Amino acid sequence: MATRIGVVTFPGSLDDRDAQRAVRAAGAEAVALWHGSHDLDGVDAVILPGGFSYGDYLRAGAIAALAPIMTEIKQAAAKGVPVLGICNGFQMLVEAHLLPGGLLRNAHQQFIRRDQKLVVANSDTAWTNRFKTGEEIVIPLKNADGGFTADAETLKRINGENLVAFRYAGVNPNGSIDDIAGLTNERGNVVGLMPHPEHAVEPGFGPSTTNAMRSGVDGLRFFEGALNALQVA
Amino acid sequence: MPTIVVDVMPKAELLDPQGKAVTGSLARLGHGAFQNVRIGKRVELTVEGEVTDEVLAEAKTIAEEILSNQVIEDVVSIEVV
Repeated sequence: MATRIGVVTFPGSLDDRDAQRAVRAAGAEAVALWHGSHDLDGVDAVILPGGFSYGDYLRAGAIAALAPIMTEIKQAAAKGVPVLGICNGFQMLVEAHLLPGGLLRNAHQQFIRRDQKLVVANSDTAWTNRFKTGEEIVIPLKNADGGFTADAETLKRINGENLVAFRYAGVNPNGSIDDIAGLTNERGNVVGLMPHPEHAVEPGFGPSTTNAMRSGVDGLRFFEGALNALQVA
Repeated sequence: MPTIVVDVMPKAELLDPQGKAVTGSLARLGHGAFQNVRIGKRVELTVEGEVTDEVLAEAKTIAEEILSNQVIEDVVSIEVV
């Protein structure tokens, strides 16, 4: 039976279809899930997609973090089910306290969209096991509230327990503390990041590389990584 | 009906990009005396019935756990008007 990966749609989600497409590109079955439901439909892994859920009212991801399906996602995460939060999904994971810290408006106050170089800081997670620690990858970044922050004590724990999954390389695009682009939890099943792996899974539609325009497919390995983690488990 | 007013501000030590943008505009308009603008949120919770200690305690919990994110914001006041 094919591995089934759920993608939750919230009011204001934008990249849910792209995430479903990425899941299929990696060889899994994509399952559409709904924010207002308490049913995870028995999926093997869950993706919280990018967008502006609930118009980013209150704070980015804050209201989505209180949605009915998040109760189920918290329980699943506690059992070790792989959960990936992309952009708005990362903001939801932070607001739901599944990952530490908080996200602020970009330091330069602008929405930003660029092909972003990242360094893989922890390749021992359900979503990063197809990378090598220290490897550089390029995937798109597009957000307004991407400035990661945490107090000194939390930051010490994040670094001490190796919870940084990705750091920005080349430039820090939004003022994130310690160049943090993405985090994992202690167990390694929950990963969240601001950049968008689902937009770099298919030649012709990804970031440009030195080989050819739009040929970047580094994002595909996130989804293949989840398949790998589920097969090993 | 009574209203509980909750004021939330970005933490003092963190950058407030909204406030920074307004500070810049004020300086350009010649209001240079106003050096540091910071922007927060005022939330009004209208209560059905009396504001008992219990209701106020519930509002405090809501303010700290939902209306603000303690990582980046502080609840600076909760008052009944």
